[in-house]
Amino acid sequence: MLETVNHIILVLSGKGGVGKSTVSTQLALTLVEKGYKVGLLDVDLCGPSIPYLLQLEGNDVHQSDSGWVPVYTDEKQNLAVMSIGFLLNNRNNAVVWRGPKKTSMVKQFLTDVCWGKLDYLIIDTPPGTSDEHITVMENLKNIKCDGAIIVTTPQQVSIEDVRKEITFCKKTGIPILGLVENMSGFVCPSCTECTNIFSKGGGEALAQLSNITLLGSLPIDPRVGGLLGKACVKEIPDSPSAKVFNEIANAITVV
Amino acid sequence: MTSVIQKPENTPEHCPGTESDQAGKASACSGCPNQQICSSGPKGPDPGIALVKERLESVKNKILILSGKGGVGKSTVTALLSRALAARDNDQNIAVLDIDICGPSQPRVLGVADEQVHQSGSGWSPVYVDDNLSVMSIGFLLSSPDDAIIWRGPKKNGMIRQFLSEVDWGKLDYLLMDTPPGTSDEHLSAVTYLSQANLTGAVIVTTPQEVALLDVRKEIDFCRKTSINILGVIENMSKFICPCCQKESEVFPANTGGAERMCNELNVPFLGSLPLDPKVTRCCDEGRNFIEEVPDSPVIKSLDKIIAELIKKCQNNF
Repeated sequence: MLETVNHIILVLSGKGGVGKSTVSTQLALTLVEKGYKVGLLDVDLCGPSIPYLLQLEGNDVHQSDSGWVPVYTDEKQNLAVMSIGFLLNNRNNAVVWRGPKKTSMVKQFLTDVCWGKLDYLIIDTPPGTSDEHITVMENLKNIKCDGAIIVTTPQQVSIEDVRKEITFCKKTGIPILGLVENMSGFVCPSCTECTNIFSKGGGEALAQLSNITLLGSLPIDPRVGGLLGKACVKEIPDSPSAKVFNEIANAITVV
Repeated sequence: MTSVIQKPENTPEHCPGTESDQAGKASACSGCPNQQICSSGPKGPDPGIALVKERLESVKNKILILSGKGGVGKSTVTALLSRALAARDNDQNIAVLDIDICGPSQPRVLGVADEQVHQSGSGWSPVYVDDNLSVMSIGFLLSSPDDAIIWRGPKKNGMIRQFLSEVDWGKLDYLLMDTPPGTSDEHLSAVTYLSQANLTGAVIVTTPQEVALLDVRKEIDFCRKTSINILGVIENMSKFICPCCQKESEVFPANTGGAERMCNELNVPFLGSLPLDPKVTRCCDEGRNFIEEVPDSPVIKSLDKIIAELIKKCQNNF
């Protein structure tokens, strides 16, 4: 099913809540703005965030002869999305599954979705280095995968988990495209003083230590969190975040 | 004649029941720690459950710290609660068990990152942060911070069983168990093994924005499905107080009313909110004791209220 996909990019992080899903959606939207056909696959089974972030909650996945038809964000069908969120009846329902069941679901997501022709497929993952990740790696082994973008926040506690994720990539032989530092500073709306809530420079130090490229540092900007399905680069093109997303998109499209 | 399927309590979804022909063979059984016992018979519960019960008999309150979402501050809140509980009364013994296998944070947050665990005749000795505060985490068993635990579910389950049944805690007043995000192996295993051990309940941590609440609602659903008593919800990172102009602002806007409204909707107790204080986050990052370092932080004040509320809830259990 993935033969018609030109590039596959994984978004990983050992730590939860660092902004993997936000980075994945905005990156997908940035690529769409640049004129590419993009797919976004959410393999976070216990906490799917993509349907909410793209305001697609309540959509259904349909079955066709060739497999599951993903959900499209608009009629032009430039952005195709697949998530377990579309398969749940109620948004409050929990998916209480052990590993093997999650594994078979992820496998289905990778093999049974008919994406059609895509320039880029972005895969958003849950935190950790366990069942979902191992399955994705194993299934992508025979397919050309461009590599992984690793997301972190600047504080030590997060860096520590992300170092484990880097080891995971090295052990499983996935190339690392680069590191994105998220939530690197917060500009107070009343006095415009920039505070580093979660300390500063951790991403840069980690990139140096592990010898990987730092793709960019995203500040905390509540406007980005409130975009809900709209592209940051289009809606607030002058924001520092938009600049960084453009740089990241440029960096990966060159590869 | 209709046959009644007997299902043990706290089983995974779609459990065929221990007596059924499908026991241990259905798709829902793969990965369940009871699978082998179920499929090979004689049928009966996991022997680990009894071991855990015996080991945790000397622990008064056993509290799980949960959240569907990652990075909302489960580990920070666990550390805050444990430090505050320990500081309240020197005669009470507090312990923290980190069951986040793939991303253990407790060693760093509690400032004992370079310690090691020792084995004695009566089990693993936890690492002591203070005279009355001990901690156990897989982080102590790794040789380098770069080491990754790349394990599938069943292996993680075995580790959690060991943590619950083989750590020599001594007499404890509170055992706080920090969990990874999600509703999967680690959570199911902890709940299964604690099923006979009289679990006090769960504290759920969230941040104010909808994307976090979305996952937290799932966690509440999980607690209900596995009949865990919810002690309450703590909202973390609720407001940011600018160290320069002292004005409050929202870093993660509560566009759907935040945790308090969710609690009202789902009818679960709300314990309180903790503001974002860069001084406290820095202390946690460096593993220092924030109670000594920043005693005047608004976080401490909010924390006191939450602790008082939590203690009341725990006492009501007896």
